[in-house]
Amino acid sequence: MNSNLWRLLKDPGAAIGIALLVAVVVVAALAPVLYPQDPWSMAGRPFLPPFTDPQFPLGTDMMGRDIAAGLAYGARVSLIVGIVSTACAIVLGVTLGGIAGYYGGLADDALMRVTEFFQTIPTFIFALVMVAILSPSILSIILAIGIVSWPPVARLVRAEFASLRGREFVQAAIALGESDRHIILRQILPNTLSPVLVMGSLMVASAILTEAAISFLGLGDPNMMSWGYMIGASRTVIRQAWWMSFFPGLVIVLVVLMINLVGEGLNDVLNPRLARKGRA
Amino acid sequence: MDKLRPIIGRLLKSIAIIATIIVLNFLLIRLAPGDPAAAMAGEAGAADEAFMAQLREQFGLDRPLYQQLAYYFADVVRLDLGYSYRQREAVVELILDRLPATLLLTISGFIVALGLGVLMGVTSAMRVGRLTDRLISLFALLFYATPLFWVGLMAIMLFSVWLGWLPSFGMESVGAGYAGWTRAADIAHHLILPAGTLGLFYVAVYTRLTRASMLEVKDMDFVRTARAKGLRHGLIVRRHILRNAMLPVITFAGIQAGQLVGGAVLTETVFAWPGIGRLAFDALLQRDYPVLLGVFFVTSVMVVVFNIITDMAYRIADPRIEVAS
Repeated sequence: MNSNLWRLLKDPGAAIGIALLVAVVVVAALAPVLYPQDPWSMAGRPFLPPFTDPQFPLGTDMMGRDIAAGLAYGARVSLIVGIVSTACAIVLGVTLGGIAGYYGGLADDALMRVTEFFQTIPTFIFALVMVAILSPSILSIILAIGIVSWPPVARLVRAEFASLRGREFVQAAIALGESDRHIILRQILPNTLSPVLVMGSLMVASAILTEAAISFLGLGDPNMMSWGYMIGASRTVIRQAWWMSFFPGLVIVLVVLMINLVGEGLNDVLNPRLARKGRA
Repeated sequence: MDKLRPIIGRLLKSIAIIATIIVLNFLLIRLAPGDPAAAMAGEAGAADEAFMAQLREQFGLDRPLYQQLAYYFADVVRLDLGYSYRQREAVVELILDRLPATLLLTISGFIVALGLGVLMGVTSAMRVGRLTDRLISLFALLFYATPLFWVGLMAIMLFSVWLGWLPSFGMESVGAGYAGWTRAADIAHHLILPAGTLGLFYVAVYTRLTRASMLEVKDMDFVRTARAKGLRHGLIVRRHILRNAMLPVITFAGIQAGQLVGGAVLTETVFAWPGIGRLAFDALLQRDYPVLLGVFFVTSVMVVVFNIITDMAYRIADPRIEVAS
């Protein structure tokens, strides 16, 4: 694993990505220290343009809230939602996909129908409906994103399990009389982890985009400052104050881009045979 | 009869998916906060217990759950999606009113995405490793990471506020009273920004997909044969490589349809486009659940129909395909 990490760091895209993401995590963790004041409170003069007052380098919004502070606190929501919802989706997807791939039969058929269903419906609208009905909170957003994003994981794990099940080392374990539990957890699962890890890293990026879109539409957690909310709230004054929606959007692009770069770097390191084709 | 079989299988599957959505919608209505009878009584201005009991009986809310589900099912099949007490109109009417605008937007967005995406993907694949390829790949990577609603807002800043070239909201000029071709031109003018925004994110997706697919086909034996026969380069790219490389792109177009419709909700919100996405946004703000669930149902049906169409396109593009039932 250590040598893998070293190889990942040698990929310039992934190295820059990791450095920037570490910085974002640090800022998110230290937000209450860096900006002790509540990000919702009026900190200065409303409509203060950026780069004019050293106290508010990115300016203030229409309520006089500090934009830099909003970005720091918003990083917490994006990271928490991105990571926790992906973790839920992976646990659910690996469990169901594993069962379907290993046992096949009825369980497999049922799972395939469910994933097909999720592949067809407009999942973003479904997530919106769920958040609206469960009432907006960080928990309902995590739940909604988790529910719509597990099926691809299940499909991937199912395919891996189904193909590994026929391989010699698994057949040998079966012949040795090992329990299903042992075979699933100790023999097959470790071999499916690297594609799942790659998929998971890309899922964090899309979960962050989905959370931003949900908050943009006004369904964010009403107690937590988030990037999507900042853009949604200030879009009506965009003609007078471009910076209020520009900076949060820029941060989203950067973070999502970095996660994608790390995910692709991870893919090249962990699945060298499946490395992107035609890379010059 | 054998030729029809996969089509029938496909239709049955679509019906099963739509039926599941109806059941899901019913469960979501049950989950929604608030007693529907209390809501109705509140709208009617009276909320005493006797009146609410009467309402429950009248709307069948006192029946067992499975019976209510059966009624709901029958209603939806008859295209009765309920009544919006906030807007005082049947949900179906509200949605049908706005459907043409959404169809115009999503189809235009899809054409932009597919057209531009395939064009850039082909260009990129034909110049692997050179500057053009790198620039296109960078562009795709960037737009793949950009929130759609933010692209829309920035496009408004650039093209409407600073340059003043394009209108930033609505579908036509209010009160201009255009008719015929002038009206069509006016709508097209309003369509450029929203369709471009909606398309741009998916341009990134199709560019990457087409590029990868072209590279895979490019070195296959039949391409070498065509080259050995001395065919012109352009002909080989168009007829031999692209035609085969398009198959995964078409499959993916079907899978992406649901996301495209979801993107339309955001685009319509940003550009005040009078479609069902905008309707969904208003319903979200007012917690108007019947409208919200109606939008979910109708958009799902749209996606199912679109999937059937891509399935047929797939079979026309590649007659060898026996879509597994």
